[in-house]
Amino acid sequence: MTENNQILAFLQRLFSDIDYVLFFTVLILTVAGVFTLYSASGEDMRMMQRQSLHLIVAFTVMLAATQLSSKLLQQWAIWIYLGGVLVLILVLLMGTTGKGAQRWLELGFFRFQPSEIMKLGVPLMVARYFADKSLPPRFIDIFWALLIVLVPVLLIAKQPDLGTALLVASAGIFGIYFSGISWKWIIGSLISLTVAAPLLFYYGMHDYQRQRVLTFLDPASDPYGSGYHIIQSTIAIGSGGVDGKGWLKGDQSRLDFLPERHTDFIFAVFGEEFGLTGAILLLLLYLFIIYRGLYLAFNGSDTFSRLLSGSLAMTFFVYLIVNTGMVSGLLPVVGVPLPLVSYGGTSLVTLMAAFGLMMGLRSKRRLY
Amino acid sequence: MARKLSIKDERDEIQVFRSRALIAGAVVTLAILGIIFRLYSLQVSQYEHYTQLSRENYQKRIPIPPVRGEIFDRKGVLLAGNHIEYVLSVVRDEVDDMDFKLDQIRQMMSMSEAEIKKIKKKIRVNNRYQPVIIRKNLTEQEIAIFSSNRPRFAGFEIQLQIERYYPLGAIAGHVLGYVGRIDKKDLERINKEDYKGTSHIGKAGLEKTYEMLLHGKPGYKLVEVDSHGRQKKLLDEKNPVAGKDLYLSLDIALQIKAEQALQELGHNGAVVALDPKTGEVLTMASVPAYDPNLFVNGISHRDYSALRENPDRPLYSRAFQGIYPPGSTIKPMVAIAGLETGVTTPQRSVYGKGYFSVPGNRHRYRCWKKSGHGHIRINRAIYQSCDVYFYDLAYRMGIDRFSTELRKFGFGEKTGIDLPHEKTGLMPTAAWKEKRFKRPWYPGDTVNIGIGQGFWNATPLQLAHAVGIVAVRGKRPRPHLLKGVRESKDKPVEPVSIQLLPPVVLSDDRHWDVAIKGMHHVVQGAGGTARRSGAGAAYQFAGKTGTAQVFGIAQNKSYNASQLKKKLHDHSLFVAFAPLDNPEIALAVIAENAGGGSKVAAPLARKILDAYLLVDSGEEKGKAGPEVSKKQKHKKGKRR
Repeated sequence: MTENNQILAFLQRLFSDIDYVLFFTVLILTVAGVFTLYSASGEDMRMMQRQSLHLIVAFTVMLAATQLSSKLLQQWAIWIYLGGVLVLILVLLMGTTGKGAQRWLELGFFRFQPSEIMKLGVPLMVARYFADKSLPPRFIDIFWALLIVLVPVLLIAKQPDLGTALLVASAGIFGIYFSGISWKWIIGSLISLTVAAPLLFYYGMHDYQRQRVLTFLDPASDPYGSGYHIIQSTIAIGSGGVDGKGWLKGDQSRLDFLPERHTDFIFAVFGEEFGLTGAILLLLLYLFIIYRGLYLAFNGSDTFSRLLSGSLAMTFFVYLIVNTGMVSGLLPVVGVPLPLVSYGGTSLVTLMAAFGLMMGLRSKRRLY
Repeated sequence: MARKLSIKDERDEIQVFRSRALIAGAVVTLAILGIIFRLYSLQVSQYEHYTQLSRENYQKRIPIPPVRGEIFDRKGVLLAGNHIEYVLSVVRDEVDDMDFKLDQIRQMMSMSEAEIKKIKKKIRVNNRYQPVIIRKNLTEQEIAIFSSNRPRFAGFEIQLQIERYYPLGAIAGHVLGYVGRIDKKDLERINKEDYKGTSHIGKAGLEKTYEMLLHGKPGYKLVEVDSHGRQKKLLDEKNPVAGKDLYLSLDIALQIKAEQALQELGHNGAVVALDPKTGEVLTMASVPAYDPNLFVNGISHRDYSALRENPDRPLYSRAFQGIYPPGSTIKPMVAIAGLETGVTTPQRSVYGKGYFSVPGNRHRYRCWKKSGHGHIRINRAIYQSCDVYFYDLAYRMGIDRFSTELRKFGFGEKTGIDLPHEKTGLMPTAAWKEKRFKRPWYPGDTVNIGIGQGFWNATPLQLAHAVGIVAVRGKRPRPHLLKGVRESKDKPVEPVSIQLLPPVVLSDDRHWDVAIKGMHHVVQGAGGTARRSGAGAAYQFAGKTGTAQVFGIAQNKSYNASQLKKKLHDHSLFVAFAPLDNPEIALAVIAENAGGGSKVAAPLARKILDAYLLVDSGEEKGKAGPEVSKKQKHKKGKRR
């Protein structure tokens, strides 16, 4: 074989592992995201370019992730997880404060947010834990799995970064869910969570978190403080109507009334400019991606693959619901970006890596 | 591994996973439907509401205040105008290199370093999005220089500022009144929409009466703003409608003459002169006066308490708010009342023995002439001001008849002049006294009323109005100051219609002659009380002196002894009209505590009559812009 042929064969294998349905849906979504970002940033071409660069990096990472085998990932899982927990402890001890929370670790020339790794690290570890257990899991297995989830989640919540903690927790918990835990346990824990919520509210939250919950319950109580975000984003969405005000024509975002509009609140910009029609289309794209993710998980070659892919797909869903629920005023303000659309490289890379993993882990022998 | 593998049943696991994935998919679908439902509620059900909120967010209506109408005298002399100046201002947020730019401005406008230093401090402490004034009163040259360099000075702007001013200062100050900042009380009675962007409102005088005409209608600019309140673009605009200009009946030259004459006397006092045929007020002077300019930008506490605590009370106008016993000035009207009620005739003679007593009472009401006037008829009783004759007349008329007759001349009621807070004065009746003092009316009370003393009091405006009625034999045009209104500078002055009050109709027209002849004799007949003031006049005229006794000064206890003495002196009064046959002016003069009417008030009145009737340079007196006087309509009914 010539060298050319070798490269060709490699590329062939590389591209044959891509799930094109998911790939193109994600691509459409990200392109839509970049255009929305252009509007949300006040027509800032440089921000659009930077985000495109993020996308190129993220797609490359996705491509690379398709090549990781289940076996390799199971070997790495424990090290990624343990390394992640270690770094989280380091952050708590010597991290940099950003927005009132310790989230970053200075690594000389760039800052690094280790909690982001755990969005992959926790589901990897949970899937790895259940991979060679007999399923449905026994009580002791569930206990250990919950411990695996809880340790990093508490460390992240302590920073405090409620949004990431929530995503990491849901990644792990969906892993447990897909392992076949009995419905008795699921319903039982849902009930106990409901009971524990008030306790958590009074004893387990930071003041600013408590404030957010209170503001969520009554945004008008603090129209210029924390209620401002919700009020302005519902105005943006509501005034978009059915057809929207048109691209670059959202008054709320254009005239700076909408805060954090290129990051967490970008869905409001989209809703204002493209209206209900656009928003439904966007949500359908997301729905399709989640369905496709679940489909890929179902086609996973082994227990590990199925559990990992399933929990990653559902994490993506939690991302979406927490963000759109918050922006439309249904849920409290929690710092979770709109996946694939909000500005930012870190979460984009993690998300794309997850998609790459899901593509690579599906069974090559098609079941159907 | 082998043990576990044997236990693991992959097919079973796949089945479990499959059901879990399906349930998860259903949850996902339901959750997304929930979001869509929420979006539907925001974007469809509450679309109007949120569109409204969005508009309120980014659209701002900036009112453009109208330019207030100006006030002119009858000849077009400006009495209240608008000082328009251009100022240079800067919005800090829009300037990057403030120090550099300010330095350039300094050179352009040749300002001092110290000035710039002060301005920098002002800019620093001010809101970064609000304009700060850098320089006031820009000259045309400065505006031109700045305008040509405009593009280099983003954030700097030349703005128009309008301020009310009264070029003649205190002259006619009481009449004009003043504007002041809108306060809480004003807000309760004005339509707030009409005053958006307006900071000042008429507070006193004509500025208050004609606020509606002077104010105008505001315009607006609808602009798009961002969340910092910065204006982004103009969406809509409506120009304001300027207020109407007012032309007054005042003859400001005559007004100045009257004020100066009063000031030269060294007494407080008032002069009211009007055209008896039309009711146009020609002069309304009150001394001491105040400068209305003091009030425009909020009078300082010190200035205001100085005005308030001044014992001479400069803030109130003696002309229409001062009430005085009219004294003998009303004898001609009392004479008419006596003739009308049949209590006396021109031929009837009374023996003036120097005092009058009510039958059955030993109290003596003295005549000013102690020796008495002897046998006296009504004509001489007027021109020699015989008190006894009028004591007797009033006594026999009785208070209620007396009051009814004199009310026809406007006593005891407001003239209805177009000024706020006019005083009513008092034309007493028996019922009034009973109500007020819970005591019956005594015949002796009536005796005093006969010579304009006792409970009777009146404003100088009422006196001028009453003497004017005599001058034109019963016609009663309502006294007023507004003569014409001009919509805008390019339109003609529209005359204001005259309002005629019910005329005084006498049973016998010759009764007018008795009063008028008597008054003529006062100034231009042998033995008249004011013959010295009438001597050498180039025209025939009529007048009546008055000397009002002062009582009840209790209100100002802080006077020292010498001042108190002065305050007890009699007021000097004089009423007159001229020319005799074709009256053009009727007036009332009062000089407080100046003594007898013939000595002080009468010569002052003569000066004013001369000034008005003998205008040098042949210019016709009393004429405003030709349009006004020609088009003047006579019309019954309410003013405006």
